[in-house]
Amino acid sequence: MFEYAPAPESRDVVDIQPSYGLFIDGEFADGTGKSFKTINPASEEVLAEVATASEEDVDRAVQAARKAFGTWSAMPGSERAKYLFRIARIIQERSRELAVLESLDNGKPIRESRDVDLPLVAAHFFYYAGWADKLGYAGYGADPRPLGVAGQVIPWNFPLLMLAWKIAPALACGNTVVLKPAETTPLTALLFAEICRQADLPPGVVNIVTGAGETGAALVNHPDVNKVAFTGSTEVGRQIARSVAGSGKKVTLELGGKAANIVFEDAALDQAVEGIVNGIFFNQGHVCCAGSRLLVQESIATELLDSLKRRLGTLRLGDPLDKNTDIGAINSAAQLAKIRELSDAGELEGADRWSPACSLPDKGFWFPPTIFTGVAQSHRIAREEVFGPVLSVLTFRTPDEAVEKANNTPFGLSAGVWTEKGSRILWMASKLRAGVVWSNTFNRFDPTSPFGGYKESGYGREGGRHGLEAYLDV
Amino acid sequence: MTTSLADVASSNVTLRSFLQGLPGVDRVGADQRAAMLGTRSIKTTAKAEAIDLAIRMVDLTTLEGADTPGKVRAMCAKAVHPDPGDPSVPKVAAVCVYPDLVAQAVDALKGSGVKVASVATSFPSGRSSLDIKTTETALAVAAGADEIDMVIDRGAFLAGDYMKVFEEIVAIKAACGDAHLKVILETGELSTYDNVRRASWLAMLAGGDFIKTSTGKVQPAATLPVTLIMLEAVRDFLATTGRKVGVKPAGGIRTTKDAVKMLVLVNETAGEGWLSPDWFRLGASSLLNDLLMQRQKMATGRYAGPDYFTLD
Repeated sequence: MFEYAPAPESRDVVDIQPSYGLFIDGEFADGTGKSFKTINPASEEVLAEVATASEEDVDRAVQAARKAFGTWSAMPGSERAKYLFRIARIIQERSRELAVLESLDNGKPIRESRDVDLPLVAAHFFYYAGWADKLGYAGYGADPRPLGVAGQVIPWNFPLLMLAWKIAPALACGNTVVLKPAETTPLTALLFAEICRQADLPPGVVNIVTGAGETGAALVNHPDVNKVAFTGSTEVGRQIARSVAGSGKKVTLELGGKAANIVFEDAALDQAVEGIVNGIFFNQGHVCCAGSRLLVQESIATELLDSLKRRLGTLRLGDPLDKNTDIGAINSAAQLAKIRELSDAGELEGADRWSPACSLPDKGFWFPPTIFTGVAQSHRIAREEVFGPVLSVLTFRTPDEAVEKANNTPFGLSAGVWTEKGSRILWMASKLRAGVVWSNTFNRFDPTSPFGGYKESGYGREGGRHGLEAYLDV
Repeated sequence: MTTSLADVASSNVTLRSFLQGLPGVDRVGADQRAAMLGTRSIKTTAKAEAIDLAIRMVDLTTLEGADTPGKVRAMCAKAVHPDPGDPSVPKVAAVCVYPDLVAQAVDALKGSGVKVASVATSFPSGRSSLDIKTTETALAVAAGADEIDMVIDRGAFLAGDYMKVFEEIVAIKAACGDAHLKVILETGELSTYDNVRRASWLAMLAGGDFIKTSTGKVQPAATLPVTLIMLEAVRDFLATTGRKVGVKPAGGIRTTKDAVKMLVLVNETAGEGWLSPDWFRLGASSLLNDLLMQRQKMATGRYAGPDYFTLD
């Protein structure tokens, strides 16, 4: 066997401080709440102690953003663009450092943080920097106005990418922001705060408050916040929608998903297998638009599953900092428990569980790539979002049945269609109730392309020209 | 499946419907997969093993009109002792020459274990009559060639005359006797990845022992995605028929990095069963010196200049 020797990326490129404060009005400040620890999920090693922002700290951050809004929104778009371009360039220059920190704090393989996350983060800042002086041509009136202070709460699966999706369009449109990163992955946001200082961004334009749910709630409910943007679970999304109802705040929610990845018998099978792997095992399945329900045409189900199982045998699970790792660690003990619970439920309900032979590291949070076959629409694993490397396989016979099964879910974030027939792709795309429909690919992101969901997957769009609407008074 | 595969070649119609019924190849997806595998980081012990394995897989090749018996002898000497200063360097798999130089190569390599391969069948265009092609093959085999690298008739293939290509391969295989047959698809002229997959299956169905990307005379030659598709084909062919076929990318593989990427592709596509000179070869002429240079760098920590490696 051709054993690849370990090829670890050096962690010396990033300097992790023992403790971090909040970033308010251009300065790092202590939080008044009880601080918490953030750990490396691959080893359970404590990386740093991070401040919790109390209601009072959140208020200071919102006031700082409010104060900065006056000058920032009055600045010509071309001036704002200069700051955003500068931030984008610094992100590129420091991308190795950011990628290593992201992998340490999140558990995702360095191959993904280096080759997917960071290039996309920089691309989002570049893209929205380009819009900052062209807002009059975006289709929202000749002189669209910003909303004010944006309160943004982001998840732990793509900490820096979600930050870019939120901050770049907000700033381009002239808003100022208070952002709360997830409590398990705050470190790259705090490094981003340092980048804001390096770029001489005016104080108060970007504020970062760390903490758990209560900090997020304080931010979302703050009376002086004009716009709430949230990415995360459907459950928390519901609470947010309830709490801001009637307040006049604008809201966008990017919530869960249970995407169908539909493979027809005439698909390019080897590429479909890659697409299925990328659809569900990318980022350990911690992807809201993950292709967690494989719908395969019955005529090729056996053949495709054999290929898929063989392919899973080549996935490399282990140290996220090893450049050859394909599957890293589960982000937290809580998430691991949830994945285990749902997988056990899958077995109890009668589905067949399969994982390739793979040894899991002793320390840290790990879950092997897992496939469930013989799944019925009524099984919990076919209905609930697992948010882990667990694929449910269902079959169909006709295109109509595929559409019916794909849409039979409370979610509607994404879908994938695999077929060599162009007319079928267009027909499927018009029938599928999902915000994104990928054809012959999966989990591809681009700053120019809008992203968002139907039904319980949320409302509003991020990315592209459409993403500007959420941050403009239109 | 084996019995029905025999019927596949009963007419051009059945052959065409079989080949066109193979799963398609999505170019974007295949390119992405090959690019991803190209980012594998092969270091230290794995790199040392890969370099030695790659040396053992090299078909040291000279296919110039200006080739001379002297040049072939010099190349054969290098094939047996790639680095005269370091006896731990393994021998290469074979030397590959034109048919009229086979006798010289056989003589020079006697008892070394290094095989002699020869390109026959009106290499590199393949544009001649079947009689000439079989005669040329028989001459090369009679001169002592262990392996024959034949080119397919791309004109017939692109015109959809799969039967003609099939029958030619069968005839050449018969003319080979005990010699191994490598079928060159010249993928740069086949243009689509779907064609690469079809030509691979066609060559395997007709009895080819190896499928080979290119003559080295047409660009693009051995790209990563094309090699990926051919590796998928041999893997699927083994699963379907129980018969194992080798793969040989040739042309454009110049650096150790290129060679290591190929080995990663083999490992993660067809599997470790193909990681041997019996089942995977690298058709190359300038690759060997880079492998030797990297090998020495790993042993000593320093790069030697190009003058420290022989030119033959």
